Amino acid sequence: MLLIAAGVVFGAAWLIGNAYVFFAGYVVLQYIALATAWNILGGYTGYVNFGTAAFFALGAYTTVVLHKLTSLPLPIMMPLGGIVSGIVGLGTGYLTLRLRGAFFSIATLALAVVAQTLITNWDFVGGSRGAYIVRPLTVPLLGMDYIQYLFLVMLGLVVIVLATARAIERSRLGYGLATIRDDEVAAEASGVPTLRLKLVATTLSGAFMGMAGAPLPYYVTYLDPASGFNLAYAVNGVAMPLVGGTSSWLGPVIGAVLLGTLQQVVTVTISSAVNLLVVGLVLVAFVIVAPNGILGLLRLRGGRHGHD
Amino acid sequence: MTDVALLEVTNLGKRFGGFIALQAIELTVRDGERVGLIGPNGSGKSTLVNCVCGTLRNETGSVRFAGQVLDGLSAHERTRLGLARSFQLPRPFNTLTLAENLRIPLLYTVNARPGAALSALEIDERCTELLHMVGLADKATRMPRDLTQIEMRKLELARAMAASPRLLIADEAMAGLSHNEVDDILTLLIQLNEQGVTVILIEHIMRAVMHFSQRLVVLVAGRKIADGDPGDVVRDPDVVRAYLGE
Amino acid sequence: MEMSFDLLGNAVVSGLLLGGFYAAVTIGVSISFGMLDIVNIAHPAFIILGSYIAYIGNTTFGMDPILASVIALPAFYLLGAAVYQVYYVAFERRGEEALRGLAFFFGLLFITEVTLVLVFGVDYRLVEAPYIGPSLHLGVIDLPLRLLVPCLVGLVMVGGLQLFMSSTFLGRAILAVAQDQLALRLMAANPIRIKRIAFGLSIATASLAGAVLIVIQPVEPSIGRDYIGRVFAICVLGGMGSFAGTLVAALALGVVENLTSTFYGPSWAPAVAFGFLLITLAVRPAGIFGR
Repeated sequence: MLLIAAGVVFGAAWLIGNAYVFFAGYVVLQYIALATAWNILGGYTGYVNFGTAAFFALGAYTTVVLHKLTSLPLPIMMPLGGIVSGIVGLGTGYLTLRLRGAFFSIATLALAVVAQTLITNWDFVGGSRGAYIVRPLTVPLLGMDYIQYLFLVMLGLVVIVLATARAIERSRLGYGLATIRDDEVAAEASGVPTLRLKLVATTLSGAFMGMAGAPLPYYVTYLDPASGFNLAYAVNGVAMPLVGGTSSWLGPVIGAVLLGTLQQVVTVTISSAVNLLVVGLVLVAFVIVAPNGILGLLRLRGGRHGHD
Repeated sequence: MTDVALLEVTNLGKRFGGFIALQAIELTVRDGERVGLIGPNGSGKSTLVNCVCGTLRNETGSVRFAGQVLDGLSAHERTRLGLARSFQLPRPFNTLTLAENLRIPLLYTVNARPGAALSALEIDERCTELLHMVGLADKATRMPRDLTQIEMRKLELARAMAASPRLLIADEAMAGLSHNEVDDILTLLIQLNEQGVTVILIEHIMRAVMHFSQRLVVLVAGRKIADGDPGDVVRDPDVVRAYLGE
Repeated sequence: MEMSFDLLGNAVVSGLLLGGFYAAVTIGVSISFGMLDIVNIAHPAFIILGSYIAYIGNTTFGMDPILASVIALPAFYLLGAAVYQVYYVAFERRGEEALRGLAFFFGLLFITEVTLVLVFGVDYRLVEAPYIGPSLHLGVIDLPLRLLVPCLVGLVMVGGLQLFMSSTFLGRAILAVAQDQLALRLMAANPIRIKRIAFGLSIATASLAGAVLIVIQPVEPSIGRDYIGRVFAICVLGGMGSFAGTLVAALALGVVENLTSTFYGPSWAPAVAFGFLLITLAVRPAGIFGR
């Protein structure tokens, strides 16, 4: 069913024909992937990752490295970016997930700073001066414009991530993650291997974030640490799921589409710095007033007792 | 009741900073036994349960279950070996329905043990059965927040039972229940015991404890001060002084 | 790289001075996280805010930056009390601190940084004061006043707060609320009010910490994020609510960081703090002096 929706989305974009649609659409799709990935660990499991930018940027920089050393096609580079970020997620998790969730969150914040420092000091990928990536003009085999190709690739990733999130929700794993979120001590006592499940969620979440970042160098053609580790990813990664609603896969999608569109509007009409301020304010407002996000508000309107 | 030791607690000690919660606890529970554990509030009963079940780490001493040393095993591993407990203050999974709450131990404990796993249908049937046993069958699709305190305690007990344990520790499962409800839970626990489950009952309701226990253990201020035949124990002057009163 | 004992000695001494400053920066988190169990990751943002207030006092009104921050103390206290009130009503009371409370503080961190960028831009700002520049010389050891004064301020803050906590009724009430809220209620004190006061205090320390920060180094809005790792590493290593532990841990981090900077370059400083944090969490989450 998702595939049909994806097909419709791509078809609609193609029909509109305007290159801007593909450019802007890529960004929205990227955010959908990031927000959904965040939600697997955040909404489903209850562990807050503030280092979205780190996992995202590591995927992007993996592509930079691979681009300089090899000529692998993008669909191969993406899983590799995912593997790098996944391993970092696993490592961070292994070191901190035996403790309170707060320590994991703090560690992700610190991780973001450290990862940026390391990349900034690494000359092979351009260090602080950044790296230039030449975007190919056409795509082998498919013969379409490269931007359309990037859009398509990101659309494919979104389908995979959303399908995974949906599958988790209904599975034994999803139940296990929910118990970790609700009451970790009781979960352990009921036989749930909490550490193992948390590591799975962290690794999966990190890997998807890395995969979302992998095409970025080709999209922007110039990548420096400041833009790769941009604050926007950190705050959006948290804000979009919380605004949309963390209890199901649909929430991050809603949050990404709404906040993504809002940001485009504000950036164009006011400024990009104000844009980030707006996102921050929206996050704080929603967290205080509408903790279950838009999904929660819709459920209340519908008259049923929402659960979560 | 057999003569085989199922649970062996040896020289168990637990401290929280400067506060000594448990000191040199020795306890043996035989396979199939019904043991009552009593003592004043704050005497360390729940702490003992937490240490045995792995929720807390004890600093000294060791715990053996069915001959296997438990030290170092996490709580979920101990549950899978056959230890289950209900929490004194109920800890339901708030975003899951009652039935789903019971599915968790079935999915993660029963199905994680070697042998044939339960199918989805069997799991659903077992959930219904368990809810029926504690009198919550009509609330299967409700959320824990809709329950009364007493109903939450019953859910706690049902969830512990869902893990198909060899040893069930019921931590104040009857608090607040009416006379008849206490009898219902007692009957349930005795039934479980007749089916082969060893039970440790932690309670303040003395009539239930006396009716149920084959052996009575008394904990006061982190130490075991009595352990034996219930009739003898309740007449022990130390026990009377520390807990029961004249 | 050459190791001369002069260089080593000076690196250690500067590290200790830096550590005293880190204690000033961390003491607020020792209160909010160590004692009250509130994960205020926005604390560094409040410190940066304090830096800018000190900057305004210094450049617009010609005041000494530390004096400016002392004047601003009451405002910061009230800000802290207000933030806690919102946090309590929206999250603590509902039991939602784990996810949403954290997101709330992250939002505050973010909003503060972006607002500062909008108002002041991304250029580095610095202050002028008679003690920025000169150094004391004790034999081969240099004591830059730029580092010495913040270190002394840090020691005064830690000492003062320790005294407050142990000798005043309010201070002891705060210690009590950190241990057992029920007991506090039985004493007919309102734990929420006590926590609000404590959190207000914690943010007030940020005002002073911000002033000494801008004395030590030029400030721009994003450097707050560098301090998150440091601050929580010190707090955890120091045993959470223990002030003495915080001081020792701060000194230790200061020395290790400074040695690394001196011999391997300053860009590795955030990595040192992060390494400290990870090692602490992995090995001894209860810290050196901890519970």
